[in-house]
Amino acid sequence: MSLNTLWFIFIAVLYIGFFVLEGFDFGVGILLPFLSRDSDPQKVDAKRRLMLNTIGPHWDGNEVWLLTAGGATFAAFPHWYATFFSGFYLALLLLLLALIARGVAIEFRSKDDAPRWRSLWDWSIFLGSLVSALLLGVAFGNLVRGVPIDAKMQYVGGFFNLLNPYALLAGVATVVAFTLYGAVFISLKTDGEMRQKAHALMGKLWIASVIVLAALLVFTYFQTDVLARLGADPGVIPIAGMAAMLAAGYFIRKRMEGWSFVMVAIGIAFALVTMFMILYPRVMISSLDPSYSLTITNASSSPYTLRVMTIVTLLFLPLVLVYQAWSYWVFRKRLTTESRMVY
Amino acid sequence: MDVVTLGRLQFGITTVYHFFFVPLTIGLSFLVALMETLYVRSGKEVYLRMTKFWGKLFVINFAVGVVTGIVQEFQFGMNWSEYSRFVGDIFGAPLAIEALLAFFLESTFIGLWVFGWDKLSKGLHAAVMWVVAIGVNVSAFWILIANSFMQEPVGYLLRNGRAEMHDFWALLTNPNMWVMVPHTISAGFATASFFVMGISAYHLLRNQHVDLFKRSFQVAAIVGVSAAVLVALNGHSQAQHIVNSQPMKMAAAEALWKTEEPASFSLLTIGNLSQSGDVFSIRIPRMLCLIAFDQLDCQVLGIYDLQAQYENEFGPGNYIPPVAVIYWTFRIMVGVGFLLIGLALWGVFLVMGDMFEARRNGLRLFVWAIPLPYIANTCGWIMTEMGRFPWAVYGLMKIEDGVSLVVAGGSVLFSTLVYTLVYGLLMAAAIFLWIKFIKAGPEPAPKEQDAEMEMTPSLIGAQG
Repeated sequence: MSLNTLWFIFIAVLYIGFFVLEGFDFGVGILLPFLSRDSDPQKVDAKRRLMLNTIGPHWDGNEVWLLTAGGATFAAFPHWYATFFSGFYLALLLLLLALIARGVAIEFRSKDDAPRWRSLWDWSIFLGSLVSALLLGVAFGNLVRGVPIDAKMQYVGGFFNLLNPYALLAGVATVVAFTLYGAVFISLKTDGEMRQKAHALMGKLWIASVIVLAALLVFTYFQTDVLARLGADPGVIPIAGMAAMLAAGYFIRKRMEGWSFVMVAIGIAFALVTMFMILYPRVMISSLDPSYSLTITNASSSPYTLRVMTIVTLLFLPLVLVYQAWSYWVFRKRLTTESRMVY
Repeated sequence: MDVVTLGRLQFGITTVYHFFFVPLTIGLSFLVALMETLYVRSGKEVYLRMTKFWGKLFVINFAVGVVTGIVQEFQFGMNWSEYSRFVGDIFGAPLAIEALLAFFLESTFIGLWVFGWDKLSKGLHAAVMWVVAIGVNVSAFWILIANSFMQEPVGYLLRNGRAEMHDFWALLTNPNMWVMVPHTISAGFATASFFVMGISAYHLLRNQHVDLFKRSFQVAAIVGVSAAVLVALNGHSQAQHIVNSQPMKMAAAEALWKTEEPASFSLLTIGNLSQSGDVFSIRIPRMLCLIAFDQLDCQVLGIYDLQAQYENEFGPGNYIPPVAVIYWTFRIMVGVGFLLIGLALWGVFLVMGDMFEARRNGLRLFVWAIPLPYIANTCGWIMTEMGRFPWAVYGLMKIEDGVSLVVAGGSVLFSTLVYTLVYGLLMAAAIFLWIKFIKAGPEPAPKEQDAEMEMTPSLIGAQG
């Protein structure tokens, strides 16, 4: 396997890591106003704190997967980084603002108890999570669909070019799947009333997720060049992904939270693997002329740089996995509104 | 304004804002780890309350530093995509390695630290804070490797129309990086020390939580005096390096228009710095020779001669940075630096003599000194970055060649305005929280007056 292919895989792994980990963070953020409903405002606040505490120790480390993916793209495929980031300018600006608002809000919301202060940051968490998930889906939808890129590797479409139906559907699918994922995570990490409420919601969210993901899959045949390049047989990965999503439905009914979580995680991961398989060996598809596309060859760094980065990644990525796994182990216990809350 | 100017403005705003939070993170992570270690070693409850009080202020700071750091990484691609294409091969690597080695580490472990009080043993919990502190400093190290490449490009070959990495080891041994890292890290420690001393002084003046804040002041004074001296020493070696590696930056910092032999050092200039005719200026003969080369006789090239030299080498163009900005930021940074050394010594004097009661006015100085390191930090970066003009990468790529070709001026203007607005709101929220928590002080101790007394560890929140 060439180093260029290896780096395509590394970057795919980083994005998959990000979606699988931060996906439920975003879901919890989106669910924040819905799962905390109560007639007593004090209980609303306690429930929100409980929900945020399920992701509290982890969200920051999870988000670094995205930053590392960005940095790795810069190092391994500078043209991909340059074309993507300058081309999707306003979309990325919105994504950055959403991530900023959300990140600060999680840290700041409990540090003052004025109702207006809390409501300001709770809205930031909700909107920040929703907009982030939507834009990530839109961005990846456009990546597989192809965007206008000229012979000089420059994106020549505008902002509204990105808001085509296929990309928007990908955005909606991301939002819905992350919301389901967040609900499953809450059912796994809490107990008592919160756990019951999450269960009540999971069935509906599961049906919605399966519908939009199936629609996305069908739509993908018409909106991308997958049929011409790879044929009608989707291969084992997308089928396994869909099967995992269906299995998640079974486990949700059986109230087996651990397995539900694993299956949704596999569903999300395999959806991304499918996306990267459609993309390969391109990294950005030109809708103007296939020969203008950025590929793992013409967009990449020099072999020397890829070698250096490979060594560093093989040394340190396993270590990251170990200590992040340890942090999940430390906080493995379920939480309830009666737990001692950390603010 | 054109796209280049707007892009530079945005880079300036986002960088200065990001670095408003970074130095405190660098220094305070270490101080909090030190306090928690004191708690683990001594078992004294006062150190636990100290750790929690300063830790809370640390976490507020850390959050803003993290989210503004995301913008730092992404704006190279957004506003400076041609720069990214040209240097990505060598410049992207340290950024990616920073994320992999340091950002993951600090972000994962800060979560463990904030939420892990009941989950980890005392010793392990303190160790977690040390990992955060190490992560933060390793992070600074890799970011400065990237910045040093812009100041003094090494380890590259011009190939395929771009700068390709040719020697990774050269990046790690970049002489500019090795004068820059100690200066920046010690500035972070000084910032945190003066932050802690200032807030401690505020409470000591009000006779609140005296034991806790005396101890905080002690720790910070010792770290602060070492850091303040190191900042100056490292700054000196950095200046000596820049005289050779970026002579134009140093000439601008001295407003030295004509080559001087032996070169004098300018203490103060009143008048128009944008031309050679000073209205009034105090210069110390031979002093610049002493500073730059450790000798009394030397020749330091002036701006005119350097401009001619650059035109010869790189073709026609303007190679003169905004002299007034470089001159004054340099002077303010150095001036504040010396002031901080004096203040830190005064702080140690107060600690050694235990004169917090007797010297109340002297103590009050520290409250007012909190902003000083921030001013020096900001001036230092403005000088470093604007002094590199017209280069994005010194001698390799000019700023205007690095800008994104497909991003319209309106988009950059819009994003600049939005960042300014959002950053302003974040700053307001962070300062609001800081003032609130600073005024509230530490959590009340069960036996405030007896904090000197040894307490059994089992009485303390964290479980063994």
